[in-house]
Amino acid sequence: MLENLFNSFPLLGILADSFPKILIPGLTVTIPLTAIAFSCAMLIAVAAAIVQFARVPVATQLCRFYIWIFRGTPLLVQLFVVFYGLPKVGVRIEPFPAAVIVFSLNEGAYCAETVRAALEAVPAGQLEAGLCAGLSYLQTMRRIVLPQAMRTAFPPLSNSLIAMVKDTSLAANITVVEMFRATEQINARVYEPLALYIEVGLIYLLFSTVLTWLQRVGERKLSAYESREG
Amino acid sequence: MVLEVNNVRKSFGQAQVLKGVDLRVEKGDVVAILGPSGSGKTTLLRCLNFLERADEGTLRFDGEEFRLGRMSKKDAARVRKKTAFVFQGYNLFLNKTALENVTEGLIVARGIPKAEAEELGRRALSKVGMAEHMDQYPSQLSGGQQQRVAIARAMAVEPEIIYFDEPTSALDPELTGEVLAVMRRLADEGMTMLVVTHELGFARTVSSQTVFMEGGVVVESGPSKKVFECPEEGRTRAFLQTGGLERKE
Ligand SMILES: Nc1ncnc2c1ncn2[C@@H]1O[C@H](COP(=O)(O)OP(=O)(O)OP(=O)(O)O)[C@@H](O)[C@H]1O
Ligand SMILES: [Mg+2]
Repeated sequence: MLENLFNSFPLLGILADSFPKILIPGLTVTIPLTAIAFSCAMLIAVAAAIVQFARVPVATQLCRFYIWIFRGTPLLVQLFVVFYGLPKVGVRIEPFPAAVIVFSLNEGAYCAETVRAALEAVPAGQLEAGLCAGLSYLQTMRRIVLPQAMRTAFPPLSNSLIAMVKDTSLAANITVVEMFRATEQINARVYEPLALYIEVGLIYLLFSTVLTWLQRVGERKLSAYESREG
Repeated sequence: MVLEVNNVRKSFGQAQVLKGVDLRVEKGDVVAILGPSGSGKTTLLRCLNFLERADEGTLRFDGEEFRLGRMSKKDAARVRKKTAFVFQGYNLFLNKTALENVTEGLIVARGIPKAEAEELGRRALSKVGMAEHMDQYPSQLSGGQQQRVAIARAMAVEPEIIYFDEPTSALDPELTGEVLAVMRRLADEGMTMLVVTHELGFARTVSSQTVFMEGGVVVESGPSKKVFECPEEGRTRAFLQTGGLERKE
């Protein structure tokens, strides 16, 4: 029956046929790339934010410089420099790791600013109370200040994550076969650009929707100590 | 003697806020610091607990002597573990329940096992009448309740001294009573306390010593009874007569 349907509407057949061929790179490349790079980005962001918050000499300037570079240049240019440029000086990186590196550093720079702003927004008395309770600076940061800052930073960081899922399509340009490049490859064979690109767009939309929903769940969990009802 | 500071000086930019303050606190003393707004009372307390770095001054605490101007992080941390601070704005850890607020310093800073710390925490909270609220977050408590938790947090670590910076100033008048009552009980139990306050009634009836500060210096100090009943300095007398009420609300 389904067979008949596909025979009378060949486009449906192409879409049904291509769906798993797009979704699978999505699950095996786009999502791992996003997950790994975003995790690394968070580590970078928190470290860079705390360094600036604590005004560590020299390291603060280095962080400012790093953020300046990565926020001030296009992501696509950064990908090209690392993947096509670095081999010129003997540094050859495989496409996937190259993408992980660039996305981590790029996202880390943006998220560092988000986290730093959130740290600054925690009342100064929280840090002072921690120190007065006998906690060290780092203990207070880790247990008192950072958790509160992450609560503030959670919505903007979720936004960054959702943006990043979509931005990973740029990795197609350095030969990473993620969802978008997989779609391009199918399109090169069957030439149905409108249908195929809408199809991959819908799959991105699906991913974003799931993340948006997770964000809402996360926010509800995190707001436990803010609401009057607990 | 629990604590003695000499010649504490502190400037913010051009403004000299503390101009050589001396202070001595004996074990079991409740010392009230009075003075008009801007006289440097908060700054003094903050210097004593290294939240502010004094420019000069020595601190003798628990048999050791420190130079306030060049306190190392390690020394500061060591002294802080034997003291506690109650803030005007409570400063409870907003992401922790009342009980966690009390146990945090015990578990993390002092390495007390969790179960034991929780027992100590529960005991401290029931002393301030907050036992039934121990699982609530600060945002779920009134100002008076938050300040009582803050006092429980301070006393649970069994400090040598507790510093209070205007513990009732941020509270609605009808809530100050419950906090003052807790402090009074603490004083009766022999806790050593250094209390910056605008509550003259509290200073007069609870504190053993009273210090009157103005313009960054100690104008007068002595047994509370004496300072209140026959102050030697005209400025102290004037301040007490106006009820200490040039406070900004
Ligand atoms: N961090 C700071 N930077 C600059 N000036 C400050 C700072 N902290 C305090 N001051 C100034 O130092 C002076 C003393 O302030 P302090 O808070 O110690 O007074 P106080 O006696 O506690 O007053 P109040 O009764 O109003 O609390 C004030 O003039 C204040 O403006
Ligand atoms: Mg003050």
